[in-house]
Amino acid sequence: MIKKLPVYFFLTLTAVVMIYPLLWLVGGSFKSNREIYSSMWFMPEKFDFSVYANAWRTNTGYSMGHYFVNTFMIIIPKTFFAVISSVLVAYGFARFDFPLKKFFFSALIAGMLMPSIATVMPMYSLWAEIGVLDSYIPLVVPSLFACEGIFVFMLIQFFRGIPRELDEASRIDGCGALKTLFFVLIPCIKPVIVSIAVFSFLWTMNDFLNPLIFINSTEKYTLSLALRTSVDSTGQGYEECKVLAMSVIGLVPSVAVFAVAQKKFIGGIVIGGLR
Amino acid sequence: MKKIYHNPVGTGRFTGLFLISPFIIGFAVFVVYPLICSFVVGLTDYDNIHTPEFTGLENYRKMLTDGNFLKSLATTLKYTCIFVPLKIIISLSVALLLSLEIKGIGIFRTVFYIPSILGANLAVVIMWQYLFTYDGFFNQLIVKIGLPPISWYGDPECSLWIIIFLRLWEFGSTMVIFLTALHDIPREYYDASRTDGCGKVKSFFLITLPLMKNVIFMNVVLQTISALQEFNAPYMITGGKPLKSTYTVGMLIYDEMFVYHNAGYANAVSWVLFVVISAVIALVFMLARRKGRDV
Repeated sequence: MIKKLPVYFFLTLTAVVMIYPLLWLVGGSFKSNREIYSSMWFMPEKFDFSVYANAWRTNTGYSMGHYFVNTFMIIIPKTFFAVISSVLVAYGFARFDFPLKKFFFSALIAGMLMPSIATVMPMYSLWAEIGVLDSYIPLVVPSLFACEGIFVFMLIQFFRGIPRELDEASRIDGCGALKTLFFVLIPCIKPVIVSIAVFSFLWTMNDFLNPLIFINSTEKYTLSLALRTSVDSTGQGYEECKVLAMSVIGLVPSVAVFAVAQKKFIGGIVIGGLR
Repeated sequence: MKKIYHNPVGTGRFTGLFLISPFIIGFAVFVVYPLICSFVVGLTDYDNIHTPEFTGLENYRKMLTDGNFLKSLATTLKYTCIFVPLKIIISLSVALLLSLEIKGIGIFRTVFYIPSILGANLAVVIMWQYLFTYDGFFNQLIVKIGLPPISWYGDPECSLWIIIFLRLWEFGSTMVIFLTALHDIPREYYDASRTDGCGKVKSFFLITLPLMKNVIFMNVVLQTISALQEFNAPYMITGGKPLKSTYTVGMLIYDEMFVYHNAGYANAVSWVLFVVISAVIALVFMLARRKGRDV
């Protein structure tokens, strides 16, 4: 125990460094400008929740609630489609043999390593051609086609961990390929599916580049775009606490989802690092 | 001889193809098409409105003399070269400490992991911006220690570090991958090396490191790719300033496309970035293979 004391000391120190900025953010949302720039301690002198009421109204013409709804209008279909398409594709790769399988598997890996900033400009021109800019279509449609290679890759690993005898048994009982997938295999990989849904949620929540490029009108802004706009329009030296309060509100869904799903993460947590 | 496909009873050889068809379509539309398209558009002079005009390699020739592009490429490479090794070293070290099987490891793991989940969120990026203002938190800390405050946003030598610190703060996701890999190393190896008289340091270099080689390599590749396309943090925090010291290639592509409406040039730069990233991946792969032969 004594020997481990330095390790504990070091880990605790690192933990404080890791978590302090977030405490500072929450505390800062209650502080006056003067207090933010004079005190390092995260606790504010007093708690005045009126700043949150102000922040909720925002200065962009729409309330935070409006932006939450917008963001969820992207997140919910996107997560749903991403899970379904990834499961189907992973099932195909993990359990079936077909022509050009090796080639397509390499394509999957290549797609995973693809830099999104290099493909987003031509995609902008394509969506412009179709005439769906400034809508959520460019943000949601890719999820129909298993575009997060990492999800597929992770699912394949887990499918391989399930004994094939299980499939065969269900087939003898008269189940087809899809029935086997839904009634036998999916129940086995529920934790991974939860992880995929969680990461799809978090990444869409965090996504900034795509909404920035594809969405123009303030009415359709996502949370991250709304945050950017309010920072731009307040400028430096003006009601910092309001921007910080908006940031805190913006983080609530991610923290909530993480807190709820945290226990089921053990296998899935690795996905997060793979991107 | 005709290839035999080992498929479950009752399904043809095309069932698999049918199942992965969403991926095939997606790959064609969202990966192959943009690559071909950005190459073709990169050969033209195009402003997103008028008909593209074919100019051959003009855009690529322009890059060679475009100070902005060369500077942004240098900045991006500098950022990648500083950031990737630091992130790998930090996350591997913390993972090693956490693998010591101490009590409360779960709490530490969660605490270290949280920033990597929230860190890409714009809210956290905004918070970071505030932390580094001239009279902000970090300068208050520096002054308290007794050093002169740093002009984070004014000094071209320091501004890049704001971004590097932000991304290093998110080391949790990489650490978790290392931690999983460390758990997979059989304990017997260490027991054996102790019997043979190896110290902790020696067994790290003789057992842990060689066995972790693939995971380290994978993390290097993933971090390099994300570093080379860094956009959010410099766009939000520094705006590429001062003196373009944080102006990454990602930002240049965005500006050329949406601010100056040089779609042709933006696509050509996208293509170059794609080639650079592929080259880096190929290089890392080759190095890893050569290393593998030596060991």
